[in-house]
This record gives sequence, C-alpha cells and structure tokens, in this order.
Amino acid sequence: MRELLPEIERWQREGKQVALATVVKVYGSAPRPLGAKMAISSAGEMAGSVSGGCVEGAVVEEALACLQQPPGAGRSRLVEYGISDELAMSVGLACGGTIQVFVEPLDW
Amino acid sequence: MGPIFNAWREAVEQGRPVALATVLAGPRTGQKLLVYGDGSGLGSLGEPGLDDRVREEAATLLARGESGRLTVPWGQESLDLFVDVQLPPPRLIIVGAVHIAIPLVTFANVLGFRTIVLDARGAFATPERFGHAHELIVRWPADVLPELNIDENTCIVVLTHDEKIDNPALAYAVRSRARYIGALGSRKTHARRVAVLKEMGVSDEEIARIRAPIGLDLGGRSPEEIAVAIMAEIVAVRNNAALVDPRR
Repeated sequence: MRELLPEIERWQREGKQVALATVVKVYGSAPRPLGAKMAISSAGEMAGSVSGGCVEGAVVEEALACLQQPPGAGRSRLVEYGISDELAMSVGLACGGTIQVFVEPLDW
Repeated sequence: MGPIFNAWREAVEQGRPVALATVLAGPRTGQKLLVYGDGSGLGSLGEPGLDDRVREEAATLLARGESGRLTVPWGQESLDLFVDVQLPPPRLIIVGAVHIAIPLVTFANVLGFRTIVLDARGAFATPERFGHAHELIVRWPADVLPELNIDENTCIVVLTHDEKIDNPALAYAVRSRARYIGALGSRKTHARRVAVLKEMGVSDEEIARIRAPIGLDLGGRSPEEIAVAIMAEIVAVRNNAALVDPRR
C-alpha cells in the first residue's frame, strides 16, 4: 500500500477521483498474494498491480465503471477472474489460478 | 478521501501496524472498520456489537501479521469481510558506509526496506554517498545499535572489514532479536572474527547466528553483484526458503 500513496495523493491534488482494487481471495496459484492492491484514477491511470499483468486492464474498466456511478450504494463491486470463469476467459489468469478483486471508490 | 483513509494512510506512513476490515457483500458492502494493535480504531459497520466482534477478529489477524477473509455470522446475516493487514516495513541496518553499501541501500529500498547506514568514519558516511538511505548515522555503530529497538523485522549487515568496528557491533547484534545477521569477509576472516568474539564472551550459539561469508553464492565480484547476493539471502531467510540452511 505504501508505494501507492504518492500516486493517490497526486491524483487527489489533480482533482481526480480514485478507486482502489484489492485481491481478497486467491484460489490455486496466483501471481500476487492476498491484499495486493492497485489504485486507479478517474482518468484511467493506474498504480500497483493485482496480478502479473493479466487482469489489470479489466480491473481498470471495473474501476472506471465504479467511479462513473453516482456516490451512494452500489459502487463497490466484487469481481472474479480466472480460467474457471468462462465470462472472464478473455482476461483469464495465465497461471491457472483464480482471484477475487474488490473494487471500490476511495471515498471513505 | 475521508477520515478512515486518512487514518489508514497515516498509520501506513508512520509504520504503525493496522488492520482494515471491509464488508464485501450484502447491504453493508464497503463499510469499514480500522483497527490498531492496541484494539482501538475508527469507523463502524453500523452496530456496536458487530463492531466489537469484527474488531476482535481483525485484531487477531493483525497480531498474526496476515491479511485474511472472514465470515462473521450476525443475526440473520452472514457478513463476508476482508481484513487487510499493513505492517511496518522491514529495516536493514548497514554497519559500514563502504562501497558495497551504496548499491545495497538501492536494492534494499526497492525491496521495501527502511535503510539505516551506520559508520563513525565521516569520510565514508557522507550524504553525497548515502543520500538514498532513509537514515545515515555518523557515530560508532556499537553505540547506536542499542538505540534502534532491533526486532524480528530488522536485518543487520556488517561490512567494514575493520575488526574494531565490526566485532562490537556483531557482539550486540547476535544478542538482539534481529531476523538476519550477516558479516562480510572470507572464511579465513570469519574464523579470526569468531576467535575474537569468543574472547569477548560471545557463545557458540550466538556466533552461529552470523551468516558468513555473507550472501548467497552467486559467483559475483562487483559491489553491485555482492549487494544482490546479500539481498537475495535476506529475502530467502525472511521467507524461510529451503535453500537457506539454518545450520550453515
């Protein structure tokens, strides 16, 4: 988390909204451990990672969708990526693992 | 950003252990509870009884130093939570502001360590050479070490090749809780060092904690290669990797 703080603070100063994505479950082998984090700005910039690069693009999409929602309930979302998820085949983890990522606006 | 994020950021920046519990599903999704090591905290999941329950579980994970997933039954609900645990960064204390210490500080910084360089010799310990270290302390290392609260999250490397600096520092280090203690020098140098330490009253068991020759044997010779070998060994020891034989 420490290494993401300078970017988050910079985005804040630039008046951007920020979303945070955290790996909250790991099944099988996964490139990044539980708690791995990625921050995303409303301009689509990112810092940190939640996988070895396999699903970051999809997480940015989720984060931007989350930030576009009006403040209030329903912005946070729990998403799953991995080869077991057919809907996520295009962004499946090459290592064969599955991860759950919680994506939320940094508004707390 | 709100008060919870600010408190969380402050704890992370100050190296204060902190747990952050977040509800992942259901009507309370996104609600948070911040918990410090002493059990105090910030935020609420909406009900004091539930807060107490989650605070207790989060404190247990914090004490173990591990992030984790929790399921907490609460009335008709079953709360699905993630508890994020942030610990202070590990520290690397480098005794000897020698040439190898320069790339060593660079690599240790990249690996997330807080780097502290100790050397009484002002000619070596200059801000020009060690501007990238978190702390540069120009005093006798053996005098400074007792002031640094050495714990299991601390690694110590001794690099000066100068017995009157290295040995008193090592004599202190082996009796500390440091996770890793390494000393630069050949097997011959180390044999001589062991003899001196014994004369100083250091026990065999304490001496066995010193990893010497320092670093994994990567066959390198340059200061940068040796620095990589040292950091590789530190990473392996901290991860209890099988390749690092504790009886070496």
